Amino acid sequence: MKTPDDATVARLQRILDTPELGDGRYELGERIGAGGMGVVHVGLDRRLGREVAIKFVRPGALAASDVARLRREALLLARLEHPGIVPVHDLGELPEGGVFLVMKRVRGRGLDEVVQGGVPLGERLRLFLQLADTIAFAHAAGVLHRDLKPANVMVGTFGEVLAMDWGVARVVAGSDATTEAQPATPGGGPPGTSAGTVIGTPGWMAPEQARGDAISSGVRMDVFGLGRVLGMLLDAPGPAGAAARTPPAPLRSIARRATAEAPGERYPGVPEMAAEVRRFLDGERVLAHHETPAERIRRVLAPHTIAIVLIGAYVLVRALLFAINRR
Amino acid sequence: MSAFPPTRHSAVVAIRSQDPEERSRGYDAIVAAYWRPAYIHLRHRWAAAPEDARDLVQGFFADAFEKGTLERFEPGRARFRTWLRVCLDGYAGHAREAATALKRGGGWTRLALDFDGAERIAGELQAPGGDPDEAFRREWARSVLEGALADLSSWAAERGHDTAFRMFLTVDVESDGGARPTYEELAQAHGLPVTTVTNHLHRMRREFRRAALERIRALTLDEQEFRDEARALLGEDPA
Repeated sequence: MKTPDDATVARLQRILDTPELGDGRYELGERIGAGGMGVVHVGLDRRLGREVAIKFVRPGALAASDVARLRREALLLARLEHPGIVPVHDLGELPEGGVFLVMKRVRGRGLDEVVQGGVPLGERLRLFLQLADTIAFAHAAGVLHRDLKPANVMVGTFGEVLAMDWGVARVVAGSDATTEAQPATPGGGPPGTSAGTVIGTPGWMAPEQARGDAISSGVRMDVFGLGRVLGMLLDAPGPAGAAARTPPAPLRSIARRATAEAPGERYPGVPEMAAEVRRFLDGERVLAHHETPAERIRRVLAPHTIAIVLIGAYVLVRALLFAINRR
Repeated sequence: MSAFPPTRHSAVVAIRSQDPEERSRGYDAIVAAYWRPAYIHLRHRWAAAPEDARDLVQGFFADAFEKGTLERFEPGRARFRTWLRVCLDGYAGHAREAATALKRGGGWTRLALDFDGAERIAGELQAPGGDPDEAFRREWARSVLEGALADLSSWAAERGHDTAFRMFLTVDVESDGGARPTYEELAQAHGLPVTTVTNHLHRMRREFRRAALERIRALTLDEQEFRDEARALLGEDPA
Protein backbone atom coordinates (compact mmCIF):
# COMPACT_ATOMS: atom_id res chain seq x y z
CA MET A 1 0.00 0.00 0.00
CA LYS A 2 1.55 3.30 -1.03
CA THR A 3 2.07 6.16 1.38
CA PRO A 4 -1.07 8.35 1.49
CA ASP A 5 -0.70 11.76 -0.12
CA ASP A 6 -2.11 14.95 1.42
CA ALA A 7 -5.53 14.58 -0.24
CA THR A 8 -5.82 11.00 1.02
CA VAL A 9 -4.75 12.04 4.51
CA ALA A 10 -7.52 14.67 4.47
CA ARG A 11 -10.08 12.04 3.42
CA LEU A 12 -8.93 9.67 6.15
CA GLN A 13 -9.14 12.47 8.72
CA ARG A 14 -12.70 13.15 7.62
CA ILE A 15 -13.60 9.50 8.24
CA LEU A 16 -12.08 9.73 11.69
CA ASP A 17 -14.08 12.82 12.47
CA THR A 18 -17.43 11.58 11.22
CA PRO A 19 -19.35 8.83 12.99
CA GLU A 20 -22.05 6.64 11.49
CA LEU A 21 -25.42 7.76 12.84
CA GLY A 22 -27.07 4.37 13.03
CA ASP A 23 -30.59 3.80 11.76
CA GLY A 24 -30.29 6.02 8.70
CA ARG A 25 -32.89 8.59 9.68
CA TYR A 26 -30.30 11.35 9.62
CA GLU A 27 -27.83 12.04 6.88
CA LEU A 28 -24.68 13.90 7.84
CA GLY A 29 -23.63 16.86 5.70
CA GLU A 30 -20.78 19.33 5.89
CA ARG A 31 -19.23 20.43 9.16
CA ILE A 32 -20.38 23.87 10.28
CA GLY A 33 -18.71 24.19 13.65
CA ALA A 34 -16.26 22.58 16.04
CA GLY A 35 -15.22 23.12 19.61
CA GLY A 36 -12.98 21.39 22.07
CA MET A 37 -15.42 18.57 22.67
CA GLY A 38 -18.11 18.60 20.04
CA VAL A 39 -18.53 18.96 16.32
CA VAL A 40 -21.62 20.32 14.59
CA HIS A 41 -22.63 19.21 11.12
CA VAL A 42 -25.51 20.23 8.97
CA GLY A 43 -27.77 17.20 8.53
CA LEU A 44 -30.91 16.02 6.82
CA ASP A 45 -33.79 14.44 8.70
CA ARG A 46 -34.95 12.03 6.00
CA ARG A 47 -38.19 11.21 7.80
CA LEU A 48 -39.37 14.80 7.98
CA GLY A 49 -37.42 16.06 4.98
CA ARG A 50 -35.93 19.02 6.82
CA GLU A 51 -32.47 20.35 7.41
CA VAL A 52 -31.16 20.08 10.97
CA ALA A 53 -27.93 20.64 12.88
CA ILE A 54 -26.32 17.54 14.37
CA LYS A 55 -23.86 17.79 17.22
CA PHE A 56 -21.75 14.93 18.53
CA VAL A 57 -18.59 14.22 20.43
CA ARG A 58 -15.74 13.75 17.99
CA PRO A 59 -15.06 10.04 17.54
CA GLY A 60 -11.35 10.73 17.83
CA ALA A 61 -11.77 12.22 21.27
CA LEU A 62 -14.56 10.05 22.60
CA ALA A 63 -14.52 9.91 26.38
CA ALA A 64 -17.23 8.92 28.80
CA SER A 65 -17.24 12.36 30.41
CA ASP A 66 -17.77 14.11 27.05
CA VAL A 67 -20.63 11.80 26.15
CA ALA A 68 -22.28 12.40 29.51
CA ARG A 69 -21.83 16.13 29.03
CA LEU A 70 -23.52 16.12 25.63
CA ARG A 71 -26.37 13.97 26.92
CA ARG A 72 -26.80 16.41 29.76
CA GLU A 73 -26.80 19.37 27.41
CA ALA A 74 -29.64 17.77 25.45
CA LEU A 75 -31.74 17.19 28.56
CA LEU A 76 -31.04 20.69 29.80
CA LEU A 77 -31.96 22.34 26.49
CA ALA A 78 -35.15 20.31 26.36
CA ARG A 79 -36.33 22.06 29.52
CA LEU A 80 -35.44 25.53 28.26
CA GLU A 81 -38.12 26.48 25.72
CA HIS A 82 -37.38 30.04 24.71
CA PRO A 83 -37.06 31.90 21.38
CA GLY A 84 -33.45 32.72 22.32
CA ILE A 85 -32.44 29.09 22.79
CA VAL A 86 -32.03 26.64 19.92
CA PRO A 87 -34.57 23.82 20.37
CA VAL A 88 -33.45 20.19 20.51
CA HIS A 89 -35.39 17.82 18.27
CA ASP A 90 -33.82 14.51 19.15
CA LEU A 91 -31.13 12.71 21.10
CA GLY A 92 -29.68 9.65 19.37
CA GLU A 93 -27.25 6.88 20.27
CA LEU A 94 -24.17 6.34 18.14
CA PRO A 95 -23.49 2.70 17.25
CA GLU A 96 -19.86 3.18 18.30
CA GLY A 97 -20.82 4.58 21.68
CA GLY A 98 -21.78 8.09 22.56
CA VAL A 99 -24.70 10.24 21.60
CA PHE A 100 -25.68 12.85 19.06
CA LEU A 101 -27.95 15.84 19.39
CA VAL A 102 -30.31 16.89 16.64
CA MET A 103 -31.17 20.57 16.82
CA LYS A 104 -32.87 23.19 14.75
CA ARG A 105 -30.59 24.41 11.97
CA VAL A 106 -29.99 28.08 12.68
CA ARG A 107 -28.87 30.30 9.87
CA GLY A 108 -27.07 33.37 11.00
CA ARG A 109 -23.77 34.84 12.07
CA GLY A 110 -21.82 35.15 15.28
CA LEU A 111 -22.52 38.27 17.36
CA ASP A 112 -18.93 39.49 17.04
CA GLU A 113 -19.05 39.14 13.27
CA VAL A 114 -22.35 41.01 13.07
CA VAL A 115 -21.24 44.01 15.11
CA GLN A 116 -17.84 44.26 13.44
CA GLY A 117 -19.74 45.14 10.27
CA GLY A 118 -20.76 48.47 11.81
CA VAL A 119 -24.03 48.58 13.75
CA PRO A 120 -25.55 51.68 15.44
CA LEU A 121 -25.25 51.76 19.23
CA GLY A 122 -29.00 51.52 19.80
CA GLU A 123 -29.20 48.36 17.68
CA ARG A 124 -26.21 46.85 19.52
CA LEU A 125 -27.96 47.49 22.82
CA ARG A 126 -31.15 45.89 21.56
CA LEU A 127 -29.15 42.78 20.59
CA PHE A 128 -27.67 42.78 24.07
CA LEU A 129 -31.09 43.04 25.73
CA GLN A 130 -32.37 40.06 23.74
CA LEU A 131 -29.43 38.01 24.98
CA ALA A 132 -29.91 39.24 28.55
CA ASP A 133 -33.59 38.30 28.48
CA THR A 134 -32.68 34.76 27.36
CA ILE A 135 -30.12 34.35 30.12
CA ALA A 136 -32.56 35.77 32.68
CA PHE A 137 -35.10 33.18 31.53
CA ALA A 138 -32.54 30.38 31.98
CA HIS A 139 -31.72 31.66 35.47
CA ALA A 140 -35.39 31.69 36.36
CA ALA A 141 -35.47 28.05 35.26
CA GLY A 142 -32.49 27.35 37.52
CA VAL A 143 -29.82 27.07 34.82
CA LEU A 144 -26.47 28.90 34.64
CA HIS A 145 -24.81 29.17 31.23
CA ARG A 146 -21.22 29.70 32.53
CA ASP A 147 -19.59 30.27 29.15
CA LEU A 148 -21.01 33.51 27.79
CA LYS A 149 -18.91 35.06 25.05
CA PRO A 150 -19.60 36.48 21.58
CA ALA A 151 -18.63 33.19 19.93
CA ASN A 152 -21.50 31.55 21.79
CA VAL A 153 -24.07 34.10 20.66
CA MET A 154 -25.63 33.94 17.24
CA VAL A 155 -27.77 36.45 15.40
CA GLY A 156 -30.29 34.72 13.14
CA THR A 157 -31.55 35.78 9.74
CA PHE A 158 -34.51 37.62 11.26
CA GLY A 159 -32.41 39.43 13.84
CA GLU A 160 -33.19 36.97 16.61
CA VAL A 161 -30.40 36.52 19.17
CA LEU A 162 -29.61 32.97 20.26
CA ALA A 163 -27.52 31.83 23.22
CA MET A 164 -25.59 28.79 22.00
CA ASP A 165 -23.43 26.03 23.47
CA TRP A 166 -24.89 25.07 26.81
CA GLY A 167 -22.32 22.27 27.19
CA VAL A 168 -20.96 23.52 30.51
CA ALA A 169 -24.25 24.91 31.84
CA ARG A 170 -25.30 23.89 35.30
CA VAL A 171 -28.62 23.32 36.99
CA VAL A 172 -28.78 24.98 40.36
CA ALA A 173 -31.22 24.73 43.22
CA GLY A 174 -34.09 27.16 43.38
CA SER A 175 -34.90 29.70 40.74
CA ASP A 176 -35.38 33.39 40.17
CA ALA A 177 -31.94 34.90 40.37
CA THR A 178 -30.36 32.60 42.88
CA THR A 179 -27.41 34.57 44.12
CA GLU A 180 -25.61 31.87 46.04
CA ALA A 181 -26.21 28.83 43.91
CA GLN A 182 -26.09 25.29 45.17
CA PRO A 183 -26.08 22.22 42.94
CA ALA A 184 -29.63 20.89 42.61
CA THR A 185 -28.46 17.31 42.57
CA PRO A 186 -25.13 15.54 42.59
CA GLY A 187 -25.54 15.36 38.83
CA GLY A 188 -26.41 19.04 38.55
CA GLY A 189 -23.22 19.90 36.71
CA PRO A 190 -21.52 18.38 33.74
CA PRO A 191 -18.95 15.66 34.41
CA GLY A 192 -15.58 17.02 35.25
CA THR A 193 -16.95 20.24 36.69
CA SER A 194 -16.48 19.59 40.34
CA ALA A 195 -14.88 22.21 42.56
CA GLY A 196 -11.41 23.04 41.35
CA THR A 197 -12.17 22.45 37.68
CA VAL A 198 -11.86 25.55 35.51
CA ILE A 199 -15.06 26.02 33.49
CA GLY A 200 -15.39 28.78 30.92
CA THR A 201 -13.21 30.57 28.41
CA PRO A 202 -10.10 32.56 29.37
CA GLY A 203 -10.66 36.23 28.73
CA TRP A 204 -14.42 35.93 29.19
CA MET A 205 -14.91 33.93 32.37
CA ALA A 206 -15.36 35.49 35.81
CA PRO A 207 -12.30 35.63 38.10
CA GLU A 208 -13.81 33.04 40.45
CA GLN A 209 -14.28 30.68 37.50
CA ALA A 210 -10.62 31.09 36.58
CA ARG A 211 -9.80 30.07 40.16
CA GLY A 212 -11.77 26.87 39.73
CA ASP A 213 -14.94 28.01 41.51
CA ALA A 214 -17.67 27.81 38.90
CA ILE A 215 -20.58 27.47 41.31
CA SER A 216 -20.66 29.69 44.36
CA SER A 217 -21.23 33.08 42.71
CA GLY A 218 -24.33 31.72 40.96
CA VAL A 219 -26.01 34.03 38.49
CA ARG A 220 -23.38 36.70 39.10
CA MET A 221 -21.04 34.52 37.09
CA ASP A 222 -23.25 35.00 34.03
CA VAL A 223 -23.67 38.68 34.92
CA PHE A 224 -19.89 38.92 34.55
CA GLY A 225 -20.04 37.18 31.14
CA LEU A 226 -22.78 39.55 29.99
CA GLY A 227 -20.70 42.48 31.24
CA ARG A 228 -17.83 41.36 29.02
CA VAL A 229 -20.17 40.94 26.07
CA LEU A 230 -21.59 44.44 26.69
CA GLY A 231 -18.03 45.81 26.78
CA MET A 232 -17.31 44.19 23.42
CA LEU A 233 -20.50 45.67 21.97
CA LEU A 234 -19.59 49.14 23.21
CA ASP A 235 -16.14 48.91 21.60
CA ALA A 236 -17.53 47.71 18.28
CA PRO A 237 -17.41 50.16 15.39
CA GLY A 238 -20.42 52.25 14.43
CA PRO A 239 -21.88 52.32 10.92
CA ALA A 240 -19.53 53.12 8.06
CA GLY A 241 -19.29 56.86 7.46
CA ALA A 242 -20.51 57.80 10.94
CA ALA A 243 -18.09 59.72 13.13
CA ALA A 244 -16.28 57.52 15.67
CA ARG A 245 -17.76 58.21 19.09
CA THR A 246 -16.70 57.21 22.56
CA PRO A 247 -19.35 54.98 24.15
CA PRO A 248 -21.52 56.88 26.65
CA ALA A 249 -20.06 56.83 30.16
CA PRO A 250 -23.23 55.40 31.80
CA LEU A 251 -22.98 52.29 29.61
CA ARG A 252 -19.32 51.93 30.55
CA SER A 253 -20.40 52.10 34.18
CA ILE A 254 -22.92 49.29 33.64
CA ALA A 255 -20.27 47.06 32.05
CA ARG A 256 -17.82 47.97 34.83
CA ARG A 257 -20.23 47.05 37.60
CA ALA A 258 -21.18 43.80 35.88
CA THR A 259 -17.53 42.78 35.62
CA ALA A 260 -16.50 43.75 39.15
CA GLU A 261 -13.79 41.50 40.57
CA ALA A 262 -15.87 40.64 43.65
CA PRO A 263 -19.14 38.85 42.79
CA GLY A 264 -20.96 40.79 45.55
CA GLU A 265 -20.23 44.10 43.81
CA ARG A 266 -21.84 42.98 40.57
CA TYR A 267 -25.55 43.25 39.74
CA PRO A 268 -27.45 40.68 41.80
CA GLY A 269 -29.09 39.32 38.67
CA VAL A 270 -29.46 39.74 34.92
CA PRO A 271 -32.86 41.54 35.12
CA GLU A 272 -31.26 44.29 37.24
CA MET A 273 -28.46 44.70 34.69
CA ALA A 274 -30.88 44.71 31.75
CA ALA A 275 -33.04 47.30 33.55
CA GLU A 276 -30.02 49.60 33.70
CA VAL A 277 -29.50 49.35 29.93
CA ARG A 278 -33.19 50.04 29.40
CA ARG A 279 -32.91 53.06 31.70
CA PHE A 280 -30.15 54.40 29.50
CA LEU A 281 -32.19 53.83 26.34
CA ASP A 282 -35.17 55.60 27.96
CA GLY A 283 -33.08 58.58 28.96
CA GLU A 284 -33.32 57.81 32.65
CA ARG A 285 -30.49 57.88 35.16
CA VAL A 286 -28.31 54.77 35.23
CA LEU A 287 -27.94 53.79 38.87
CA ALA A 288 -24.39 52.44 38.49
CA HIS A 289 -23.18 55.76 37.11
CA HIS A 290 -22.35 58.87 39.17
CA GLU A 291 -23.53 61.69 36.94
CA THR A 292 -21.80 65.02 36.74
CA PRO A 293 -24.12 68.09 36.62
CA ALA A 294 -23.27 68.55 32.94
CA GLU A 295 -24.16 64.92 32.18
CA ARG A 296 -27.42 65.30 34.07
CA ILE A 297 -28.38 68.42 32.10
CA ARG A 298 -27.51 66.73 28.81
CA ARG A 299 -29.51 63.63 29.73
CA VAL A 300 -32.56 65.59 30.88
CA LEU A 301 -32.54 67.81 27.83
CA ALA A 302 -31.70 65.11 25.28
CA PRO A 303 -35.33 63.96 24.70
CA HIS A 304 -36.32 67.57 24.07
CA THR A 305 -33.61 68.43 21.57
CA ILE A 306 -36.00 69.30 18.74
CA ALA A 307 -38.20 71.47 20.94
CA ILE A 308 -35.15 73.26 22.31
CA VAL A 309 -33.81 73.91 18.81
CA LEU A 310 -37.20 75.20 17.64
CA ILE A 311 -37.60 77.45 20.65
CA GLY A 312 -34.05 78.71 20.22
CA ALA A 313 -34.67 79.44 16.56
CA TYR A 314 -37.91 81.21 17.44
CA VAL A 315 -36.21 83.38 20.07
CA LEU A 316 -33.38 84.19 17.69
CA VAL A 317 -35.76 85.26 14.91
CA ARG A 318 -37.78 87.37 17.34
CA ALA A 319 -34.58 88.99 18.58
CA LEU A 320 -33.48 89.77 15.03
CA LEU A 321 -36.89 91.25 14.16
CA PHE A 322 -36.81 93.30 17.33
CA ALA A 323 -33.36 94.62 16.49
CA ILE A 324 -34.40 95.49 12.91
CA ASN A 325 -37.55 97.31 14.08
CA ARG A 326 -35.51 99.36 16.58
CA ARG A 327 -33.47 100.81 13.71
CA MET B 1 -19.07 -6.19 17.01
CA SER B 2 -15.56 -7.48 16.63
CA ALA B 3 -12.63 -5.34 17.56
CA PHE B 4 -8.92 -5.20 16.98
CA PRO B 5 -7.54 -7.73 19.39
CA PRO B 6 -5.45 -7.35 21.34
CA THR B 7 -5.51 -3.76 22.52
CA ARG B 8 -2.11 -2.27 21.88
CA HIS B 9 0.02 -1.59 24.89
CA SER B 10 1.71 1.76 25.05
CA ALA B 11 5.09 1.68 23.33
CA VAL B 12 6.02 4.68 25.46
CA VAL B 13 5.58 2.46 28.51
CA ALA B 14 7.32 -0.50 26.86
CA ILE B 15 10.59 1.37 26.19
CA ARG B 16 10.98 1.74 29.97
CA SER B 17 10.64 -1.98 30.55
CA GLN B 18 13.35 -3.96 32.30
CA ASP B 19 12.65 -6.80 29.88
CA PRO B 20 15.01 -6.25 26.89
CA GLU B 21 12.57 -7.84 24.44
CA GLU B 22 9.68 -5.71 25.61
CA ARG B 23 11.88 -2.62 25.46
CA SER B 24 13.03 -3.50 21.96
CA ARG B 25 9.44 -4.02 20.80
CA GLY B 26 8.56 -0.61 22.21
CA TYR B 27 11.37 1.01 20.22
CA ASP B 28 10.27 -0.84 17.08
CA ALA B 29 6.79 0.65 17.39
CA ILE B 30 8.13 4.13 18.00
CA VAL B 31 10.54 3.93 15.09
CA ALA B 32 7.74 2.68 12.82
CA ALA B 33 5.59 5.69 13.71
CA TYR B 34 8.24 8.38 13.83
CA TRP B 35 11.06 7.62 11.42
CA ARG B 36 9.43 9.34 8.46
CA PRO B 37 8.34 12.48 10.36
CA ALA B 38 11.91 12.57 11.70
CA TYR B 39 13.39 12.24 8.22
CA ILE B 40 11.20 14.98 6.75
CA HIS B 41 11.86 17.20 9.74
CA LEU B 42 15.61 16.83 9.19
CA ARG B 43 15.28 17.52 5.49
CA HIS B 44 13.26 20.69 6.05
CA ARG B 45 14.14 22.13 9.42
CA TRP B 46 17.82 21.24 9.22
CA ALA B 47 18.06 21.36 5.43
CA ALA B 48 19.97 18.09 5.60
CA ALA B 49 20.87 16.41 2.32
CA PRO B 50 18.97 13.14 1.71
CA GLU B 51 22.01 10.97 2.53
CA ASP B 52 22.75 12.92 5.72
CA ALA B 53 19.10 12.80 6.78
CA ARG B 54 19.07 9.00 6.36
CA ASP B 55 22.18 8.63 8.48
CA LEU B 56 20.85 11.03 11.08
CA VAL B 57 17.56 9.12 11.39
CA GLN B 58 19.38 5.81 11.76
CA GLY B 59 21.88 7.34 14.16
CA PHE B 60 19.22 9.11 16.22
CA PHE B 61 17.16 6.01 16.93
CA ALA B 62 20.26 3.91 17.56
CA ASP B 63 21.58 6.54 19.95
CA ALA B 64 18.21 6.86 21.69
CA PHE B 65 18.03 3.09 22.16
CA GLU B 66 21.57 2.94 23.49
CA LYS B 67 21.33 5.91 25.85
CA GLY B 68 17.65 5.66 26.76
CA THR B 69 17.03 9.27 25.74
CA LEU B 70 13.37 8.80 24.89
CA GLU B 71 12.69 7.02 28.17
CA ARG B 72 13.36 10.24 30.07
CA PHE B 73 10.09 11.66 28.72
CA GLU B 74 8.04 13.43 31.42
CA PRO B 75 4.33 13.39 30.50
CA GLY B 76 3.45 16.41 32.64
CA ARG B 77 5.83 18.67 30.71
CA ALA B 78 5.18 17.83 27.08
CA ARG B 79 3.73 15.26 24.78
CA PHE B 80 5.88 12.34 23.74
CA ARG B 81 5.80 13.56 20.14
CA THR B 82 7.18 16.93 21.19
CA TRP B 83 9.80 15.30 23.38
CA LEU B 84 10.97 13.10 20.53
CA ARG B 85 11.32 16.10 18.23
CA VAL B 86 13.27 18.02 20.85
CA CYS B 87 15.60 15.03 21.27
CA LEU B 88 15.96 14.79 17.51
CA ASP B 89 16.86 18.47 17.24
CA GLY B 90 19.42 18.05 20.00
CA TYR B 91 20.92 15.05 18.26
CA ALA B 92 21.00 16.79 14.88
CA GLY B 93 22.64 19.83 16.45
CA HIS B 94 25.39 17.76 18.03
CA ALA B 95 25.89 15.78 14.84
CA ARG B 96 26.23 18.96 12.85
CA GLU B 97 28.79 20.29 15.31
CA ALA B 98 30.76 17.10 14.98
CA ALA B 99 30.30 17.36 11.20
CA THR B 100 29.46 13.72 11.10
CA ALA B 101 26.42 11.57 11.28
CA LEU B 102 26.80 9.12 14.08
CA LYS B 103 26.30 5.50 13.26
CA ARG B 104 26.18 3.49 16.39
CA GLY B 105 25.25 -0.08 17.15
CA GLY B 106 24.68 -0.94 20.81
CA GLY B 107 22.37 -3.86 20.12
CA TRP B 108 20.35 -1.88 17.58
CA THR B 109 20.51 -3.11 14.02
CA ARG B 110 20.43 -0.69 11.13
CA LEU B 111 16.82 -0.36 10.05
CA ALA B 112 15.35 -1.14 6.67
CA LEU B 113 13.30 1.99 6.07
CA ASP B 114 11.72 3.26 2.87
CA PHE B 115 13.72 6.46 2.61
CA ASP B 116 12.99 6.77 -1.10
CA GLY B 117 9.28 6.95 -0.32
CA ALA B 118 9.93 9.52 2.41
CA GLU B 119 12.06 11.54 0.01
CA ARG B 120 9.17 11.68 -2.45
CA ILE B 121 6.98 13.18 0.28
CA ALA B 122 9.73 15.58 1.33
CA GLY B 123 9.94 16.74 -2.27
CA GLU B 124 6.20 17.33 -2.47
CA LEU B 125 6.11 19.42 0.67
CA GLN B 126 6.62 23.14 0.63
CA ALA B 127 10.13 24.49 0.67
CA PRO B 128 11.78 24.90 4.10
CA GLY B 129 10.55 27.91 6.01
CA GLY B 130 7.10 26.64 7.07
CA ASP B 131 6.29 25.83 10.68
CA PRO B 132 8.55 22.84 11.53
CA ASP B 133 6.25 21.75 14.37
CA GLU B 134 3.29 21.65 12.04
CA ALA B 135 5.27 19.75 9.41
CA PHE B 136 6.33 17.23 12.05
CA ARG B 137 2.73 16.83 13.25
CA ARG B 138 1.47 16.41 9.70
CA GLU B 139 4.00 13.67 8.94
CA TRP B 140 3.27 11.97 12.22
CA ALA B 141 -0.46 11.99 11.34
CA ARG B 142 0.30 10.58 7.89
CA SER B 143 2.36 7.84 9.48
CA VAL B 144 -0.39 6.94 11.99
CA LEU B 145 -3.10 6.90 9.32
CA GLU B 146 -0.98 4.79 7.00
CA GLY B 147 -0.40 2.33 9.86
CA ALA B 148 -4.12 2.24 10.63
CA LEU B 149 -4.88 1.47 6.98
CA ALA B 150 -2.36 -1.39 7.09
CA ASP B 151 -3.99 -2.69 10.29
CA LEU B 152 -7.41 -2.53 8.69
CA SER B 153 -6.12 -4.38 5.63
CA SER B 154 -4.76 -7.21 7.81
CA TRP B 155 -7.92 -7.29 9.89
CA ALA B 156 -10.13 -7.53 6.79
CA ALA B 157 -7.93 -10.20 5.19
CA GLU B 158 -8.01 -12.37 8.33
CA ARG B 159 -11.81 -12.27 8.41
CA GLY B 160 -12.51 -12.62 4.73
CA HIS B 161 -13.75 -9.03 4.34
CA ASP B 162 -11.62 -8.30 1.31
CA THR B 163 -14.57 -7.07 -0.75
CA ALA B 164 -15.61 -4.66 1.98
CA PHE B 165 -12.04 -3.40 2.32
CA ARG B 166 -11.76 -2.94 -1.43
CA MET B 167 -14.99 -0.91 -1.41
CA PHE B 168 -13.65 1.18 1.44
CA LEU B 169 -10.49 1.94 -0.53
CA THR B 170 -12.50 2.80 -3.63
CA VAL B 171 -15.01 5.10 -1.94
CA ASP B 172 -13.15 6.65 0.96
CA VAL B 173 -9.45 6.48 0.20
CA GLU B 174 -8.73 6.50 -3.48
CA SER B 175 -11.48 8.62 -4.99
CA ASP B 176 -12.49 12.16 -4.36
CA GLY B 177 -15.60 14.20 -5.14
CA GLY B 178 -17.12 13.53 -8.55
CA ALA B 179 -14.95 10.47 -9.28
CA ARG B 180 -16.41 8.61 -6.30
CA PRO B 181 -18.77 5.79 -7.31
CA THR B 182 -22.25 5.81 -5.79
CA TYR B 183 -23.42 3.02 -3.50
CA GLU B 184 -25.76 1.88 -6.28
CA GLU B 185 -22.87 1.62 -8.76
CA LEU B 186 -20.82 -0.35 -6.27
CA ALA B 187 -23.76 -2.67 -5.56
CA GLN B 188 -24.17 -3.30 -9.26
CA ALA B 189 -20.47 -3.88 -9.79
CA HIS B 190 -20.30 -6.43 -6.99
CA GLY B 191 -23.74 -7.96 -7.49
CA LEU B 192 -24.81 -7.02 -3.96
CA PRO B 193 -27.81 -5.20 -2.48
CA VAL B 194 -27.21 -1.52 -1.70
CA THR B 195 -27.85 -2.18 1.98
CA THR B 196 -24.94 -4.63 2.03
CA VAL B 197 -22.66 -2.02 0.47
CA THR B 198 -23.80 0.48 3.12
CA ASN B 199 -23.14 -2.05 5.90
CA HIS B 200 -19.72 -2.93 4.50
CA LEU B 201 -18.66 0.71 4.37
CA HIS B 202 -20.02 1.48 7.82
CA ARG B 203 -18.11 -1.43 9.29
CA MET B 204 -14.85 -0.54 7.53
CA ARG B 205 -15.05 3.10 8.63
CA ARG B 206 -15.79 2.04 12.17
CA GLU B 207 -12.88 -0.39 12.22
CA PHE B 208 -10.60 2.18 10.61
CA ARG B 209 -11.43 4.65 13.38
CA ARG B 210 -10.75 1.96 15.94
CA ALA B 211 -7.42 1.08 14.32
CA ALA B 212 -6.30 4.71 14.23
CA LEU B 213 -7.19 5.28 17.87
CA GLU B 214 -5.39 2.08 18.85
CA ARG B 215 -2.31 3.42 17.09
CA ILE B 216 -2.57 6.65 19.05
CA ARG B 217 -3.04 4.70 22.25
CA ALA B 218 0.21 2.87 21.53
CA LEU B 219 2.12 6.13 21.17
CA THR B 220 0.88 7.89 24.28
CA LEU B 221 1.31 7.45 27.97
CA ASP B 222 -1.92 8.58 29.61
CA GLU B 223 -5.53 9.47 28.85
CA GLN B 224 -4.95 13.21 28.51
CA GLU B 225 -2.09 12.75 26.07
CA PHE B 226 -4.17 10.22 24.16
CA ARG B 227 -7.02 12.68 23.77
CA ASP B 228 -4.72 15.54 22.79
CA GLU B 229 -3.01 13.39 20.20
CA ALA B 230 -6.35 12.15 18.87
CA ARG B 231 -7.23 15.79 18.20
CA ALA B 232 -3.81 16.40 16.68
CA LEU B 233 -4.45 13.50 14.34
CA LEU B 234 -7.50 15.38 13.07
CA GLY B 235 -5.36 18.39 12.28
CA GLU B 236 -5.72 20.35 15.50
CA ASP B 237 -2.83 20.81 17.86
CA PRO B 238 -4.09 22.34 21.07
CA ALA B 239 -0.64 22.30 22.71
